[in-house]
Amino acid sequence: MRPRYRPVMTTVLTLRRGERATISAIDAVGDEVAARRLHEMGFDDGVDIEVLHRGPVGGDPLAVRVGNMTVALRKTLAARIRVEPLREAAE
Amino acid sequence: MNAPATLAPLLPDPDTLSRPFLAALVGNPNAGKTSLFNALTGSRQKVGNYPGVTVERKSGRLSLPDGRMVELVDLPGTYSLNPRSPDEAVTRDMVMGVQAGERRPDAIVAVVDATNLRNHLRFVLELRRLGLPMVVALNMYDLAERDGTRIDVARLSTILGLPVVPTVAVRRRGLAELAAELAPRLDHAAVPEIAPEADIRLLQREARVIADTVTLQRGQATRWTQRFDAVALHPLAGPLLLGAILFIMFQSVFALAEVPMGWLEAGIAALQVQLAAVMPDTALRSLLSDGVLAGVGAVVVFLPQILILFLFIILLEQSGYMVRAAFIMDRLMAGVGLNGRAFIPLLSSFACAIPGIMATRTIDDPKDRLTTILIAPLMTCSARLPVYTVIIAAFIPATNVGGVGLQGLVMLGLYVFGVLGALVAAWALRRTVTKGPTPTFLIEMPKYQWPVVRDIGIGLWQRAGAFLKRAGGMILGITVVLWVLASYPKPPAGDPTPALQYSAAGRIGSALEPVFAPIGFNREIAIALVPGLAAREVAVAALGTVYSLQGTDEDHAQPLVERLRSSWSLPTALAFLAWYVFAPQCLATLAVVRRETGGWKWPAFMFVYLFVMAYVAAGATYWIARALGG
Repeated sequence: MRPRYRPVMTTVLTLRRGERATISAIDAVGDEVAARRLHEMGFDDGVDIEVLHRGPVGGDPLAVRVGNMTVALRKTLAARIRVEPLREAAE
Repeated sequence: MNAPATLAPLLPDPDTLSRPFLAALVGNPNAGKTSLFNALTGSRQKVGNYPGVTVERKSGRLSLPDGRMVELVDLPGTYSLNPRSPDEAVTRDMVMGVQAGERRPDAIVAVVDATNLRNHLRFVLELRRLGLPMVVALNMYDLAERDGTRIDVARLSTILGLPVVPTVAVRRRGLAELAAELAPRLDHAAVPEIAPEADIRLLQREARVIADTVTLQRGQATRWTQRFDAVALHPLAGPLLLGAILFIMFQSVFALAEVPMGWLEAGIAALQVQLAAVMPDTALRSLLSDGVLAGVGAVVVFLPQILILFLFIILLEQSGYMVRAAFIMDRLMAGVGLNGRAFIPLLSSFACAIPGIMATRTIDDPKDRLTTILIAPLMTCSARLPVYTVIIAAFIPATNVGGVGLQGLVMLGLYVFGVLGALVAAWALRRTVTKGPTPTFLIEMPKYQWPVVRDIGIGLWQRAGAFLKRAGGMILGITVVLWVLASYPKPPAGDPTPALQYSAAGRIGSALEPVFAPIGFNREIAIALVPGLAAREVAVAALGTVYSLQGTDEDHAQPLVERLRSSWSLPTALAFLAWYVFAPQCLATLAVVRRETGGWKWPAFMFVYLFVMAYVAAGATYWIARALGG
């Protein structure tokens, strides 16, 4: 059994490969455009995310699965995606 | 011409009665939009440009079941009506009816990936707010079914208030139904309004709710895309796979193109002989033979290489691998301030910088795009090969170094030299003239798909056509001008000066000689560099002309390789190779850069910076080689 909610703020960068989580917020501070692009690609709070692959040098960029899509993005952008432990998805 | 249709909603503009209807194909990238466009219009396509901008306009004719014809225009793929690149701006401006020189479409066909409904429906909701008549194509429906996804199409249609047609573009399924749904919508005298900007998050949530409501059973995402990605995106296996693919690609480009290139060369030569047989030896014959045929031939002869390279690039794009290559390369590109997306145009530039520069349109950040354009000519294009081949054959001994031919190694070294030069140039440019915020990298990785023969064929035809039109036309004009410069004025009778040296081109070359003397170039090279500006490979022909015109009669028969060996020192030859890695950018490339950047400022800058790089590289090579006792 794992606790349902932990009050910790983590980002996608802290996830291990293959680990799934639920997006809790998209950080728009300092760059509204970046946040908007992330929303356009399907990132939003309440959506599940999983880190699939990391780039060959320094783990940058990342390939993540969001919904049914796989998206590649750089670490600087991924740092804007806050996550929380996986919510029970209504499958 | 493009007056807003809102002014007279009840009285149709008399113009529209005579014009065919215009429908626009809109959708997210990777929704299979181009495939659907190809399936709907077949070979009845027209490729041009939107007036005033360099974005490619693709349109085709679609016949409706009632016999009417519709002009279908394939708008650039985008995720929203908030554009990130010039391409995406065209999509927004077209559907809003504000694109200069274009009228607003009478209807929209929104293309949606059935396997990615949650995300793609958001864009449909955004488009719906425009108030245009609209039909939704639920594309790649077979893939959704194969994954085990079941969608309630009727319910989706009811919720959206729009007709929804399942389609499979690659198998031509659903096309007739789509046309049948489109036909009655064209008769609606729509009252389109320009909707205020949508709150993307609200639309996103609405889209997810709709998608979840109409999805009766959720399937598993394709397993083998994930399995292949485990290799293609692996930190070690991924770069190795990319290296292997590039190796096979370049091997094929050179090995497979050799035979057809021989045919084309023989064909051009035969035409020249034919011309000599039917025409008297006049200035007109010389113009046709040495100007037109030689000039056009110089371009056409590279067509086999360019077609093979394009074929590989199209295969990599359509299969979905190209984005993986961009993923692998992104970190390296980021190191010099570029973006993984720049990898694709740079790869095309190995065939010819012209299609490479045209392919930079997909890069959204303007500074990033400009940098990529500026370094594209540093990729060794196939036009430099004849120059390399002749000089290497003349000066590099055909010995083996550790089982590998030295000549081949030098050739490879020149390619590597160009790539390294490009990385250094990008690094320097991003810190000076194209300084700006670090570009980001955010790209969807599509599912792997088998390329479709029809799409490959149409893509190859259009790219080859664009290359021939842009490069061919320009080179034809330039070679004619150069022919005039190299032929006139004629030396007076009895003057022993060779004709080329006496001509305008020869005089320009002689005037340039002092400029090039410090880097080891003699007057013959300076003369050959002038026509070499038109097209790099012409420099070889020009050298041939200079030396054959200069020599006595016995020397005349000597092949160029022998002549060069006896009249150039090794440092001069090496300096000439180093020069060609960087500079003499062809005029056709500069003209394309002018088109793409909208002025002479950047082509002028490119000319100067490449000239300086080439001068320094050739000079350094010359003096180092001399110091080492060459």
